[in-house]
Amino acid sequence: MIPSALTISGVDKFYGPIDRGVHAVQNLTMEIGRGEIVALLGSSGCGKTSTLRMIAGFEEVSRGTISVAGRKVHTLPPVKRNVAMAFEGYSLYPPLTVRENMAFALKAAKLRKSDVDAKVASIAKLLEIEDILERYPSSISGGQQQRASLGRALIREADLHLLDEPMGQLEPQLRAVLRGRIKHFIKERGLTAILVTHDQTEANALADRIAVMEGGVLQQFDTPDMLKQRPANLFTGTFVGEPPMNVFEAYVGTAADKINLRLPDGLSLDYDKDAFSGSVRDELLKRQRVVIGIRPYAVRRSKDGVPATVSANQWLGDQTHIAADFAGGSLVLVEHDRTRLELGAPINISIDPKNLHVFDQSSGMAISHGMELA
Amino acid sequence: MEHTSLLERILRGIALTLVVIFFMFPIVWILMMSFQTNETILRIPPQLVFKPTLANYTALITGKLTTAAGTLDIAFMRNLWNSVFLSVTSVAVALLLGVPAAYAFARHKFRGSEDIAFTLLSFRFAPALLVLLPLTLYFQKLGLANTYIGLIWVYQLICLPLILWIVRGYFEDIPADIEYAYRIAGHSWFATFRKIALPLAGPGIAAAGLLAFIFAWNNFVFALVLASADKQPVTVGALAFITSSGIQYGQISAAIVLSITPTLALALYAQRYLVEGLSLGAVKG
Repeated sequence: MIPSALTISGVDKFYGPIDRGVHAVQNLTMEIGRGEIVALLGSSGCGKTSTLRMIAGFEEVSRGTISVAGRKVHTLPPVKRNVAMAFEGYSLYPPLTVRENMAFALKAAKLRKSDVDAKVASIAKLLEIEDILERYPSSISGGQQQRASLGRALIREADLHLLDEPMGQLEPQLRAVLRGRIKHFIKERGLTAILVTHDQTEANALADRIAVMEGGVLQQFDTPDMLKQRPANLFTGTFVGEPPMNVFEAYVGTAADKINLRLPDGLSLDYDKDAFSGSVRDELLKRQRVVIGIRPYAVRRSKDGVPATVSANQWLGDQTHIAADFAGGSLVLVEHDRTRLELGAPINISIDPKNLHVFDQSSGMAISHGMELA
Repeated sequence: MEHTSLLERILRGIALTLVVIFFMFPIVWILMMSFQTNETILRIPPQLVFKPTLANYTALITGKLTTAAGTLDIAFMRNLWNSVFLSVTSVAVALLLGVPAAYAFARHKFRGSEDIAFTLLSFRFAPALLVLLPLTLYFQKLGLANTYIGLIWVYQLICLPLILWIVRGYFEDIPADIEYAYRIAGHSWFATFRKIALPLAGPGIAAAGLLAFIFAWNNFVFALVLASADKQPVTVGALAFITSSGIQYGQISAAIVLSITPTLALALYAQRYLVEGLSLGAVKG
């Protein structure tokens, strides 16, 4: 087993009195191996930043323990935790130049000046901020400040690197380039990094594993592929993936060697029993009501499919997103060609039963997944 | 300003002139009075042209006030020194106590912190005269009446709440993450307070200190009741110019000129510093 860089066990965070205040993080347990890059992904208020701040030591842990590199740190002040952090608001020191900001922690750690200069130069090159090293934070753009702040964190040798929305302010082209470089930098040096983000693309591109959080609860902690193919519950199913998964409540009916899924509005999807993968079929046969999830990529237009009505049609430059009124709700499908459909036009769609995700109707927990693992 | 018409600029100029005259006239008039004798001052109508005399200043500095009734000893220079000493020490003590307290109130929300902060502010609500009587009795019992320590203590009622509340606002405006960034880079909270919070709140601390200094300098009633002649500041000492043989307008004016000089100088100096500090400390994020 990989030695643990970070162990969070049974951590609760209350803002206000314990058990009565706002329960921002609930019974969080996760373990991150050395050299891993992990993304905390979720919408605002999901507890991801609170978690990061508890690791850094800026927020008190209400309950539970946090260990960094095998040392219990949750009661130590930030200075003793040996973690580096890049802040969402950059938080550069205004009276210092970008170079001084970056060199700052190294000087505090009593590194030789030549070493400091070399490190600053290499990080500045990595982040393309060589030309602003002598400038003051107030005279550079938001994106440059963000890179300087990121550089200030990456330059340190720490047990953990915490990156809070590290690329939110960068232009898309630069962001894509830097993602690759930063990932390479972190991997090459064997650093362990935790990044907080609400951007799935960023999480997918950078992270080995993604922790999806919602309402202070860790929903699922898995690789990007597994999150897509094996969502643990309806939340991860619909949160991860763009455009989001289509979900419908369905009644399960059986007739001879057929299974039919009756959707609202009297629609019915009829399949041969053998069309499903083994576990999906078995689970469906055990139940009467389920929630089915279908990725937009798994929906196709076909002449003998079930009827739907086009409600939106967007060409995104490399793919078309078609939204359709379907089964009392809305269904999105993706086509890779440029499709032009009139609003209100009738279409017929078919859904490959091999691509179904089945969730429990009351708890929202995943029951079975059709797709074979890639 | 390129869109303003000539008329607009003329009107603006007139308005500005009126405002300047309104505010500057008393000061200019007092400055003129300070170089005149009582006779020229009291002449009706008043005249702008007169033969300046330094007699008022000489009297103040030598401490000998010559009136129609004879020569009177006045302790003006002593009073001036008392004012300087009391105000400087009071502000220094208030800064020493108030700035860390303001930081604590800004950064650490603890049970009752708002109540304590408000209680400190409420010191400024009570009319001074209301607290003076009990305070005088206490001070006499404690042996603090007519001592510098006692006066500086009472001056904290004026200075401390002012500094606490102004500086607290400045600390709250510093993004906490800047301090966190410093702490996570390997520094204690105390080092963070000294190296990050204090310099960034510098302009605010200077402004609060200046205000507190002016309030302390201008205080009259506390010193009137709690100090006798040798501990009195200029505000109280000026009463000595109302003598049995008349009011010494010339000397009063000279005394006023001398006593507003330190605050005026400080304000002018600090104003420059404030502008510099504010433009340097621009914090984005």
